[in-house]
Amino acid sequence: MPITVRIPTYLASFAGGRNLLAISGSPATVSEALTALWQEYPGLRDRIVDEQGALRQHINIFVGDEAIRFAEGLLTKVPADAEVLIVPAVSGG
Amino acid sequence: MPKVKHVSAKNGDVIVLVGTMKGAFVLRSNKARKKWDVGGPYSIGAPVYAMAFDQRQGRRRLWWAQQSFQWGTVLCSSDDYGKTVTEPEAYSVKFPEESKLTLKNIWQITPGRNDDPDTLYCGVEPAALFESRDAGQTWSPVEGLLNHPHRPKWQPGGGGLCLHTIVPDATNPRRMMIAISTAGAYRTDDGGATWQARNNGVRAEFLPDKHPEFGQCVHKVVQHGDRPERLFLQNHWGLYRSDDAGNSWKDIANGVPSDFGFCMAAHPHDPETVYIVPIESDQYRCTPEGKLRVYRTKNAGESWEPLTRGLPQKNANETVLRDALATDTCDPAGVYFGTRSGKVYGSSDDGKSWHVIIEGLPAVVCVKAAWVGDDGKNLPRRHRGTEKSKAVKSKAGKSRSAPRKKASAKSKSSGRARAAR
Repeated sequence: MPITVRIPTYLASFAGGRNLLAISGSPATVSEALTALWQEYPGLRDRIVDEQGALRQHINIFVGDEAIRFAEGLLTKVPADAEVLIVPAVSGG
Repeated sequence: MPKVKHVSAKNGDVIVLVGTMKGAFVLRSNKARKKWDVGGPYSIGAPVYAMAFDQRQGRRRLWWAQQSFQWGTVLCSSDDYGKTVTEPEAYSVKFPEESKLTLKNIWQITPGRNDDPDTLYCGVEPAALFESRDAGQTWSPVEGLLNHPHRPKWQPGGGGLCLHTIVPDATNPRRMMIAISTAGAYRTDDGGATWQARNNGVRAEFLPDKHPEFGQCVHKVVQHGDRPERLFLQNHWGLYRSDDAGNSWKDIANGVPSDFGFCMAAHPHDPETVYIVPIESDQYRCTPEGKLRVYRTKNAGESWEPLTRGLPQKNANETVLRDALATDTCDPAGVYFGTRSGKVYGSSDDGKSWHVIIEGLPAVVCVKAAWVGDDGKNLPRRHRGTEKSKAVKSKAGKSRSAPRKKASAKSKSSGRARAAR
């Protein structure tokens, strides 16, 4: 089954206006899922990871309910029917 | 979300670009500069540390840097004063992977010389200079500065390790001065291949060695196009002039209430006239004695006079940051500045009198001004261009710039033009 990626409104404007995106193939990790995401929606890449490929500091990614920062980071496993959630952290001033 | 308004400007109007901690604003007036329309905010909620207006070759293009705590920093542009905004899908200003650096912010956007109309520069944090040779479509770091041997010893100031000032020389296309907090001033004379520290005479009060080769916290450097060998410098403690293109600096803090300050602006027509806003330092960093005073020299720093008419002289504990003071190119000149308390003041008579253009904005970090449609006759030489130039070269500079038409097509395919958010 394809996994789904849920993105916030700001990013949706770089994904045809959609908040829920289906990723084809069978990405095994978050990193692979993101790579598939960039291929389909290239405008998302620079907003989610920096030029060194690191997840931006104030962005959180969850696989189901699990925050990948407290799991294996971008190498966190993605089950076949998982929903990956990309959310901006609470920050600013 | 705030309601976004737009302005439109015609030739002869004056626009003032205001970058704040919560977005960008565009102010428009006619040449009288008494009544102002307010456009914006654009990039709502995002700190906008850098803005520019490029009107070379008939363009009317706004540039600004949209910084986000979450999504990083991206250069945005608009050809209709913000009504339609292009935010590219792929970020155009970013460090190469091998540098191991990541972009934190863009502090300065500077169009190149008039005779090199597709060249623009960006100063960024961590300190580096980026160049575009195709009117802002693609950017590359200037490697001579990126790989400078001093880089490992550069230390960040309170605002970060930022390259905030870019001064393309008025007459020598191979020469440019930049300033970094806290590394000091650097100059290239060979089109960016090599850069030499130019801080001789500028003190670093906060270091054991008060006069190191580099490490000064230079806040701003300005040059007048008609006298390019003369530069003025506002330091973190210290006000200086150079008469030899930055080889040496002379203290000119003659009669100012504080030699600390952030901002500095050159008069558009008189190379002897410069404006500053002294700040009490180092802890308080507000205008001394609660008086908001712009200081002006009309004799290249031999003396300074306070300009106060229309400015509050009681309980005005204000801060004007390093990029928040600007002049337009009208005659008499317009002078504008913005405060951290969200006020923008303007003068339409060389600074003799002032009025509030707008207040209640988020903290102002950047102010730029332009006379729309100025054909160059009123511009300093730097903008007019006087000789065939070769800009400071980066990797991108190896291929010559594309004509605007082509660049525009590329922009549409790789970017996203949209109604302003």
